[in-house]
Amino acid sequence: MSKPREVDTAALRARYPDVFERPASARLATPAMIAAALALLIYGLVDLDFSPSRFAAGLSQLGWISLMMIPPDPGSSLPIYLKALGETLSIALLGTTLAALFALPVSLLAARNIVPSNILRFPVRRFLDSIRGVDTLIWALVWINVVGLGPFAGVLAIAVSDFGAFGKLFSEAIEGADQKQVEGIRASGGSALHEIRFGLMPQVLPVIAGQVLYFIESNTRSATIIGIVGAGGIGLQLAEQIRVLEWQKVSFLILMILVAVAAIDFISGKLRFAIIGRRAVA
Amino acid sequence: MTLAVSILPEQQLAALNAAYRQAVTRKRLRLLFGVVLFATALVLAAIGAEVNLRTLFTYFGNFVSYFDRILTLDSGQRVWTDVGEWLWGWRKWLKMLGETLLISYVGTLTGAIFAFVLNFFAAENTSPGPWLRFVVRRLLEFARTVPGIVFALVFVIAFGLGPMAGVLAIAIHSTGALGKLFSEIVENADMKPVEGIRSTGASWLSCMRFAVVPQVTAGYASYALLRFEINVREASVMGFVGAGGIGQELVVAIRKFYYSDVSAILLTIIVTVFIIDITTGWLRSRLFGREAPT
Repeated sequence: MSKPREVDTAALRARYPDVFERPASARLATPAMIAAALALLIYGLVDLDFSPSRFAAGLSQLGWISLMMIPPDPGSSLPIYLKALGETLSIALLGTTLAALFALPVSLLAARNIVPSNILRFPVRRFLDSIRGVDTLIWALVWINVVGLGPFAGVLAIAVSDFGAFGKLFSEAIEGADQKQVEGIRASGGSALHEIRFGLMPQVLPVIAGQVLYFIESNTRSATIIGIVGAGGIGLQLAEQIRVLEWQKVSFLILMILVAVAAIDFISGKLRFAIIGRRAVA
Repeated sequence: MTLAVSILPEQQLAALNAAYRQAVTRKRLRLLFGVVLFATALVLAAIGAEVNLRTLFTYFGNFVSYFDRILTLDSGQRVWTDVGEWLWGWRKWLKMLGETLLISYVGTLTGAIFAFVLNFFAAENTSPGPWLRFVVRRLLEFARTVPGIVFALVFVIAFGLGPMAGVLAIAIHSTGALGKLFSEIVENADMKPVEGIRSTGASWLSCMRFAVVPQVTAGYASYALLRFEINVREASVMGFVGAGGIGQELVVAIRKFYYSDVSAILLTIIVTVFIIDITTGWLRSRLFGREAPT
């Protein structure tokens, strides 16, 4: 056995000062960040009126409510609820389709490879960003002012807020498309519109279809909640039953929503794979 | 220059042409079938959602003029001609905005802490038992699928009006969403360090602490920041059901037709969301480089 080699600590220390003596700033950074985060958390809890007694009272109230929810029971209103659920699905489907139809032309304007000018593109992008910055519920309130209470306001609210999201997603899909096919069309004498129709669309349409399906899925969720402000669908029933404290109906409605969302997830997942193959939605 | 295009004999060409046409026809038929199916679904949906195009056309002018109205002051002038008058309530609104941000911060952090505790039980590779995994997964799924605002509606009744209900609703929803994402990160983590730690006789807890956590914290922080961004939007509407934040002011302004206030509050919300988006985006790229999961 050979003798273990002497370790020249001093030389190592001289060569790698960072490993042996990490500067105090590096050692303290993580604990300091955690401490700051916790301090802000505690400040928040105090500022937002959290108190143990209130929390305990609320919890016991919540436990009582949960007991009242069992068993879920629609009473005699099952047909109304089924109709409301259908309304919700309709809102999601129509809203998403409308949004996609309007977003497609606008997304062309926001794509770098179609509109190279930054000055033209910038306002379009900011416009889409500000639409996205406003929540669907706010759009629903605005549309209720315009077309009155009911599911139609919900359709328009979802259409507008998704218009912003789609505009961004579609333009990203277009920017990611392969330019070679577009150049091919141009080389054979095609106009700008031909380039878009035959060079770009075949590449981006499957991606777009996948995204639209995914949004129909996620909009089923959004459509359940816009009813809370009066824009139709199952959310309206849910909010009403919560306000009149009919807890058995509430739990039944929540179960209905969960089942419907799971079913839509399943169907749209199958459809998505059928349309674009086993490819992740970008 | 001669073109070297070989023309096939007539009968061979005919067979190929026929096969091509048949393939194209089949594809077109399938497309047509899909389009018809989709159109039928749309028409059914339109009937279900009580779409009334006449209402839309009659009132569409209202939609445009609504924006005209919210951009006009009571004195009849455009809002940007008198910014002081337009943003008259900025002190109150800034305070409410601060409350909104605080609600989303506390909600996100609480949710992230719960998700951190729960996700090791939900991940395939680290869960101590299949039964526990099943239960935790269903719990997270429930918390994720029920919309945050529904939780808020129930909590407002249980905990009383105010930001507390909003915080708890956001915390529960974030627990569900983050728990799933976190457990996916854990499932992608390298298991060799875990084997190394376990071979030294360490408990499950030490395996998690010294083998898994160092691999996943960056991803966790990235997702939590993204969630914070989403929760700021969510918290801005929590006030609609009385759960605190700027939404309260907004819903009052919309319902009572205080037009210029609506645009002023919307402006502050949009600006805040922009700033938060940009800051968290910068933070994430700064902390974890470009490849960080989004």
